[in-house]
Amino acid sequence: MRRAALAALVSHWRRQPLQFFTLIAGLALATALWSAVQAINAEARRSYAAAEGMLGLGSYETLADPAGRMPLETFARLRRAGWQVSPVLEGRALLGNQRIELLGLDFISAPQANLPGNPQLRETLSPNEIFLPPGIAFVAPDTQRALRDIAGLPHLIADTSLPPGRLVTDIAVADRILEAGGGIDSLILLKGAPDGTPGALAPQLQRFDRQSQGEISRLTDSFHLNLTAFGLLSFAVGLFIVHGTIGLAFEQRRPVFRTLRAVGLPLRELLGLLMAEIILLALLAGGLGILLGYLIAAALLPDVAATLRGLYGASIPGSLAFDPGWAASGLGVALIGALVAATHGLNSIRKMPLLASARPRAWAVASTASLRRQALAGLVLLLAGIAAPILADGLLAGFALMGGLLLGAALLLPLVLGAALSAGAALARGPVAQWFWADTRQQLPGLSLALMSLLLALATNVGVSTMVSSFRLTFTGWLDQRLVSQLYVTAPSEAEGERLRAWLAPRAEAILPIWKVDTPLYGTPGEIYGIVDHQVYRSHWPLLASSDTPWEDFYAGRGTLINEQLAYREDLSPGDSVTLGPGWTLPVSAIYSDYGNPAGQAIVHLPLLLTQHPEVPRLRHGILTEDPEGLARALHEEFGLPRANLIDNGSLKAISLQIFERTFTVTGALNVLTLSVAGFAILTALLTLSSMRLPQLAPPWALGLTRAQLARLETLRSLALAALTFALALPTGLVLAWSLLAVVNVEAFGWRLPMFLFPAQWLWLLALSLIAALLAAYLPVRRLARTDPSQFLKVFADER
Amino acid sequence: MLIDARDLTKTFTTADGKLPVLNGISLQLQPGETLALTGESGSGKSTLLHLLAALDTPDSGTIRHQDDDITSGNDTSRAAVRRNRIGLVFQQFNLIPSLDIAANLAFQARLAGRYDADWCAVLSQRLGLSELLSRYPEQLSGGQQQRVAIGRALAPRPPVLLADEPTGNLDEATADSVLEMMLELVDETGAGLLMVTHSTRLAGRLSRRLHLSQGRVA
Repeated sequence: MRRAALAALVSHWRRQPLQFFTLIAGLALATALWSAVQAINAEARRSYAAAEGMLGLGSYETLADPAGRMPLETFARLRRAGWQVSPVLEGRALLGNQRIELLGLDFISAPQANLPGNPQLRETLSPNEIFLPPGIAFVAPDTQRALRDIAGLPHLIADTSLPPGRLVTDIAVADRILEAGGGIDSLILLKGAPDGTPGALAPQLQRFDRQSQGEISRLTDSFHLNLTAFGLLSFAVGLFIVHGTIGLAFEQRRPVFRTLRAVGLPLRELLGLLMAEIILLALLAGGLGILLGYLIAAALLPDVAATLRGLYGASIPGSLAFDPGWAASGLGVALIGALVAATHGLNSIRKMPLLASARPRAWAVASTASLRRQALAGLVLLLAGIAAPILADGLLAGFALMGGLLLGAALLLPLVLGAALSAGAALARGPVAQWFWADTRQQLPGLSLALMSLLLALATNVGVSTMVSSFRLTFTGWLDQRLVSQLYVTAPSEAEGERLRAWLAPRAEAILPIWKVDTPLYGTPGEIYGIVDHQVYRSHWPLLASSDTPWEDFYAGRGTLINEQLAYREDLSPGDSVTLGPGWTLPVSAIYSDYGNPAGQAIVHLPLLLTQHPEVPRLRHGILTEDPEGLARALHEEFGLPRANLIDNGSLKAISLQIFERTFTVTGALNVLTLSVAGFAILTALLTLSSMRLPQLAPPWALGLTRAQLARLETLRSLALAALTFALALPTGLVLAWSLLAVVNVEAFGWRLPMFLFPAQWLWLLALSLIAALLAAYLPVRRLARTDPSQFLKVFADER
Repeated sequence: MLIDARDLTKTFTTADGKLPVLNGISLQLQPGETLALTGESGSGKSTLLHLLAALDTPDSGTIRHQDDDITSGNDTSRAAVRRNRIGLVFQQFNLIPSLDIAANLAFQARLAGRYDADWCAVLSQRLGLSELLSRYPEQLSGGQQQRVAIGRALAPRPPVLLADEPTGNLDEATADSVLEMMLELVDETGAGLLMVTHSTRLAGRLSRRLHLSQGRVA
């Protein structure tokens, strides 16, 4: 019985191959975008874990000075007192044109089992090779290739367990490269080390749980949350397609369901068979989606890697590894999505009386009452979204706002479109126009899911592109302000730096040291810069808020400048006191914008920095000159500086903008994919509806409209609906952009961006959505224009 | 002469091969004449009506509407014939579900550019639709919907009214009343009526009867 019943149910798909394709493609696309995002996130997180857990250091606690590096003497004092500790030095260095994360470990005292390179290899190395210049360093094979031609580096040994962009070496070698002057960032507490802190031995040291220091994964959390949100959105858009297709398949099979039940198939068996069918279809589509998702993720990963490197200095490989975790998650969401989409259909079958009319009802004809219920739900979601950031803080409140806004607007769309179409019908004069508007309104229930997905995609597009363009405009202006020097020079060593300054003094308008110390600010990674007194700062520095006399206070040593993210995080305003280290507190003179920097930052007058941190590396300099090219040439000749150490203002801006553009490549790609899925949703909805349109189109045809006229009207209908949807998507997208700029960005990165409007982009998007509607309408309309009159006649002959 | 059809043939291709439906039928319809087209199922009644209504084209033969040959025209000219010269009533009513009754009633007349509000008001009153004008087709009974279909067909005052089993979906009493109204209105407008019907009883109320059998006039 079951086999016969299943054959009867499945035969529907054989007779409706287009519907089958729509269902599988919709679910596969939804799963693909979700899986792609999961794959990217999983790959990145694996890299962070590798970087942090590398050497097994994740299992060790550490001692560190929250104010900055500790001197070598502290380590020696603790060792002499019997503390089992091993020193660590970390930092970033620009080697050639590669930004490298350096990890310096004491290869003697560090836990041997956790050192890179296999023990046999290390045994073959002599102490001289390891400890004496140039020394050895372990790097990923990719990094080894990238650093191959750079002089002055230790001997590089490839180690596949290391993430790209990371170099692990002996602490002495790291000290030389980083010019740390013997400073130590932290001490690993080895087995047998006492509990608690060293107390009087080193009162400035605090004990840290290594796991809590997952700096990169914490910093990048918001980025991955953004990606996940995009993945969810794409999944929701895909789900609209699946919902529509499954709903249609259920409607069309109502006579079959009734007959099956009439001939003795119990309701429970029928529902079980339908569930089994849905699960099978979901597994098939989910499998395809995972494959597609893998390909999308592999294509996007290099850009994601560039984004994470540019934004956070996090290194992840540019190639993707298959992970059963995200594949299972993809299959899971495909199953859940299909079951959610089928719930309504299954429920209606459960309630269907055995003697119900065998004629299929019109597909998805929503009653006014259900439309109102849907709109009410939309309104509630909209209000809940608006209330979220008022009632709660944090990134999740921002996402709740965006989710409520998007879903609320989507649910309200059919009611708003219905009202607009009714207004059109009321204003229509001719009979054809009157029929056109009224008929379009009647098509609305069948098209509403596709139009809702279009609204989601368009609003997201408007929101994200407004955000990115506003960011670009602000960032470009900000770069012009911030990059005040014409030439940037990095000396290879302190001694060379001193000679360089002396050489430059008579040849440049001004030398502006760019010296900084990396030091925690309020317990999170931070940096303090020192700048000299020069008019260029007063006239250019991008201040967002300031006291009455910011620069006077600043140069008098009575104030500091802090970046927006630090001000936001610690709720600081001009006039408040900021702690820059133990016993070092200054009033905030001004707050400046510092886009793209995940760390808190403070700037003090250079003499003050040198007093507090005499160990500050004195290598980087900005040079004011009228002839940056000539000076760069002369510097190159005089000091033999590599090109990477000499960079002019224009190149630096170009690099910064390049990083910026790459940062948003992924966003752009996901944006386009979501829009494509929405376009596909409209196509499938129109194709599906076109097969059911004959009974509605036959009467006007019989009364004197030609097939060509009807085809033109069908095209016009598709365009009108797309244009009306765009009209609602535009304000939704702009509110979305505002929430991205003013809520999510602030919560995620700590900076708020001004919002600009880009009407040319809207026109372009409107044109795109009209083209999408035109393309989607093309096949059904062509089919209609070529419909043989005999097909229309069947309507009148009641032979359908 | 309103309609002059000569030697019409029509063959359909089915899964079992070619199926000749009309085998050289000729008929004429004069102004004011009411003609019943009867015959068994599959005798070609509806196909003939579809050809005469310019809904389909014959394989051979000619059809003239008021001396104009409609068989040689293209899709656009056939649409114009349907719009301007013919009123059509179907068994399944085929009202436009998205329009209210008033708009349905006036639809073809407005399409043909011959909308006359007074005449539509008369029609709706005579057909008992005055109270139903703001309703939608789905809210009407079968008999009411068929009365709307008749009103829609007569609203542009076409010279020819073609009806395909117009009472096929109605009970006997309603069928009688609907036919009565249709004949009265045809009589008043001077149009010719060609009605396909299974019912010999209803056919007997028309002025002439043509019986088809196996695609020929019996």
